[in-house]
Amino acid sequence: MDNQSTNQLINYILHLADDALILGHRNSEWCGHGPVLEQDIAITNISLDLIGQARNFFQYAARLINESSLPLSFGGDRGEVSEDTLAYLRDVRQFRNCLLVEQPNGDWAKTILRQFLFSSYQFYLYDQLRNSNDETLAAIAEKSLKEVTYHLRWSSEWVIRLGDGTSESHERILDAINQLWMYTDELFAPANYESRTASVKTGIDVALLRPNWEEKVKEIFVEATLPWPGAVFQQMGGKEGKHTEHLGYILAELQFMQRAYPASEW
Amino acid sequence: MRTSEIDKKTIYSYLEQVQDPEVPALNVIDMGIVRDVFLHDDGSLEIIITPTYSGCPAMDVISMNIRILLSTIGFKKIKITQVLSPAWTTDWMSEEGKRKLHNYGIAPPNPKQQVCSEKLFAPNEAVQCPHCDSWHTHRVSEFGSTPCKSLYVCDDCKEPFDYFKCH
Repeated sequence: MDNQSTNQLINYILHLADDALILGHRNSEWCGHGPVLEQDIAITNISLDLIGQARNFFQYAARLINESSLPLSFGGDRGEVSEDTLAYLRDVRQFRNCLLVEQPNGDWAKTILRQFLFSSYQFYLYDQLRNSNDETLAAIAEKSLKEVTYHLRWSSEWVIRLGDGTSESHERILDAINQLWMYTDELFAPANYESRTASVKTGIDVALLRPNWEEKVKEIFVEATLPWPGAVFQQMGGKEGKHTEHLGYILAELQFMQRAYPASEW
Repeated sequence: MRTSEIDKKTIYSYLEQVQDPEVPALNVIDMGIVRDVFLHDDGSLEIIITPTYSGCPAMDVISMNIRILLSTIGFKKIKITQVLSPAWTTDWMSEEGKRKLHNYGIAPPNPKQQVCSEKLFAPNEAVQCPHCDSWHTHRVSEFGSTPCKSLYVCDDCKEPFDYFKCH
């Protein structure tokens, strides 16, 4: 593989990892604050799955970075790159997650909707990624899909419960749609590294996932008595490193220990 | 110790001493976490393991415990390789493991894949109470104390219990 292809692949893997890491971190903020104990456990279990998926992607990216001769600067200049340096020592502009996953938790309805919109996307993404000609990516997708199936079912049930619940819960999830819908187009607008890896059958053409995703979201919205959102101005750029203000605050917390006490270990 | 005197079966019997830190009633063989063992010509030993769930924090501890045990026995070169495909399933849990789980107070996974369906609001799986053996139980939470378990309560003896869910 030439240097440019390797670079595109590494960027693609970091994108997959960052999506999972940042949503996992957001969900972990609910730990001890869930509306009831069982749902507190549920959202933190989902968090654990996502962070585990992120670790698998980061480990693979670290291996490729260390094996390559590319002058990549991931995680400072402390020599060998690891899953930890990739998570803890990159700055905002080096993160390639979509804007949706970094949005603040808000109330339970907003957290649920964010999870549902993302899990339904991730479900079809991993389903396709299982066929990647990159064996490691295919294996991570196969493993993760089993977990995402749970996440999708759990979040779908909650969207229905809230939308078709009380007038209060209905209002709240409507409000969540208004706050989050503007970040949905980005999921299906390929970044450069997505197009390039998709063209060699390593990555997935995300634009092709949209019909399945829309069908799934519509099905759940109908059941939840929620209207299909009209066209709204869409925010994009996260996958290229242009983030909302929120990511900096997330990293300030997520990376604090490694920034304050470099290379510290438990 | 010369590895030529050792066969796979012996290695497996050693590995039965490595317990799952989250479910100490089970060892790594019962769980189906150990997928293969290779004795290489250069005398090194390679153990192939697979995680139950992507984020299972027990995996790092399990790898370390396997390494410590085999080093103590006398193996010098030990490699532990993690594989993700094929993905772990509760179908790989041994019958012996299921019996141990039940005796430990955790309901073992049902043999058929039921939980992983995409169907919404599916009826609860029928799960037998590990304390009083009643089938009159219901699910309290799909997610439990570890990624691999969900939380049930028995309607007869009223005891809550963990169910090792199908995966």
